[in-house]
Amino acid sequence: MSKSPEVKLVNVPSPNFVPEKDLGKPLVLEAAHLGIDFGGLVAVDEFNIGIGATEICGLIGPNGAGKTTIFNLLTKVYEPTRGTIMLGGKDTHNMTPSQVNQMGIARTFQNIRLFDKLTVEENVKIGLHNHIGYHTLAGVFRLPNYWKEEKKAHEKALELLDIFGMADLANVTADSLPYGAQRRLEIVRALATGPKLLLLDEPAAGMNPSETEELMNNIRKIRDEFQIAVLLIEHDMNLVMGICESIVVLNFGRIIAKGTPSQIQGNPQVIEAYLGTHRG
Amino acid sequence: MKIFEKASTASKKAFLNYGIVILFFVIFQTLVSTGNISSALKGQLIPIACYMIMAISLNLVVGISGELSLGHAGFMSVGAFTAVIVSSSMTNSSDVSSLIVSIIVAAVIAAVAGFLIGIPVLRLNGDYLAIVTLAFGEIIKNILNCLYVGIDEKGVHFAFNNPAALAMSATGKVIINGPMGAVGIRKISTFIAATILLLIILIVIQNLVNSRTGRAIMAIRDNRIAAESMGLSPMKYKMLAFTVSAAMAGAAGAVYALNYSTLVPKKFDFNTSILVLVFVVLGGIGNMTGSIIAAGVLVVLPELLRKFSDYRMLVYAIVLILVMLVTNNEKLKGKIDTFFKKLRMKLSKGGRK
Repeated sequence: MSKSPEVKLVNVPSPNFVPEKDLGKPLVLEAAHLGIDFGGLVAVDEFNIGIGATEICGLIGPNGAGKTTIFNLLTKVYEPTRGTIMLGGKDTHNMTPSQVNQMGIARTFQNIRLFDKLTVEENVKIGLHNHIGYHTLAGVFRLPNYWKEEKKAHEKALELLDIFGMADLANVTADSLPYGAQRRLEIVRALATGPKLLLLDEPAAGMNPSETEELMNNIRKIRDEFQIAVLLIEHDMNLVMGICESIVVLNFGRIIAKGTPSQIQGNPQVIEAYLGTHRG
Repeated sequence: MKIFEKASTASKKAFLNYGIVILFFVIFQTLVSTGNISSALKGQLIPIACYMIMAISLNLVVGISGELSLGHAGFMSVGAFTAVIVSSSMTNSSDVSSLIVSIIVAAVIAAVAGFLIGIPVLRLNGDYLAIVTLAFGEIIKNILNCLYVGIDEKGVHFAFNNPAALAMSATGKVIINGPMGAVGIRKISTFIAATILLLIILIVIQNLVNSRTGRAIMAIRDNRIAAESMGLSPMKYKMLAFTVSAAMAGAAGAVYALNYSTLVPKKFDFNTSILVLVFVVLGGIGNMTGSIIAAGVLVVLPELLRKFSDYRMLVYAIVLILVMLVTNNEKLKGKIDTFFKKLRMKLSKGGRK
């Protein structure tokens, strides 16, 4: 596995830190004292995170720690019970998932959610939806604007698919793709919405080691090419330790450790959460 | 030919549908002009075209938007009675202009009804949505049952439950008489007009489906949560599909109503909604070609079976069951598909000679 060089993390004027290269640029995401209760159950509490403009951040933790719940909070599938989420410096209180997407946050899903009956290209074009500039009536009457914008969207979709080498699958329906390709398509589709922050929920699940290696390279490539931040949930420690610049460890809905990969690997609390305490 | 090869499969399908509609028109128009058609079937031509419009417009909601609506006949009746009022108040205009204006006004009023009903209905999902649309269909029917409309030199008068409340002058004429329905309708619908309307609506639907908006509607159908996280607003696009569909049903209702001299609100009850839904389901959900053919066959079939009088509804039911069995049987479907593939290969070989 090819490892990224370890970066230095520096404090910003808040309880968070970002990679040194992102210092001076505004944080793409900042969540403070975030929490949600389901009935009497405190699912997430006191979640604080700051993500730099081009940071790759990992969110790890044992099963049921609340990682996906945090993704659902950040994308406003759930409205948080406590705390604030600032996206590009703006509070997302009472916004809908579609509004925060247009503000620059896009995600993939743990259990794949593609538009099954549509083709691969159409799936990507739905990601491009808010960047295709013609009115419904222009579509119905096939005005020149329709042809121009559709052609642009078609080219853009193929270009994005090409990042993952999927351009030749453009006319296949999404549900007939193999599992790994469906995961990759989800990333392309999220990328098509033009995000500043990409949330990946277990992108390597079900992939073999060589596919995982390729995925790592692609995530780095996306970050460098589009200059965006990535927050990812993953159980594959090779991937997490290989590409993440900072890691947040979650257990029972609370952050138990934050830091660089090497700091996390040596953290006794993290080892305890994953392996349990030594008795006797 | 080269252009045709270049065209995408979606636009090929679209042109196939236009071809079917034009063929349908040409065949029946020649039958009518050569006098080789029974008068009963001749009287059914405009209703057939209207039912085809109803089927494809309902398919927009059921197939493309993925919501089961059981009140489609309600929007048809809104359009029908609007058209009766508009055409009666335009007695000085020519038939063609009266018809066009009636259709447009009917579509607009039906769209407004669709929008207002859509606000509560589209907050629901699945079975609940179906039940509430059913209820709204019945509500529309019952409102029209109580509606009295009269016309005199001062203009159009409306009243509820009481024809005396119309307060018209001596020369006034009642055009909608509560449960007795509309009387003395101007019969200005023509088969050509109905076919042109069908073509226009088919073009609008297919262009809508193959555009940015159509993709958004289908994305919300396939996975609402993913669509929302891609920046689409589900309510907006569901409402668009529902309203457009209602407007089209209204236009179909206008052409339908202006083909008869009298029309009662009872005509547009739950059974009519189900009949249209049967066209959609039988023709294949989301399949416009299927909807058109199913609507045509299922309206003509009872007429053709008239000879068997007592048994005709029995045969009708058996045909429906058989079609369901055949279209849902993978083995049979496969055999039919291979048969058509072979046929196509033979034809293309023959074509090369």
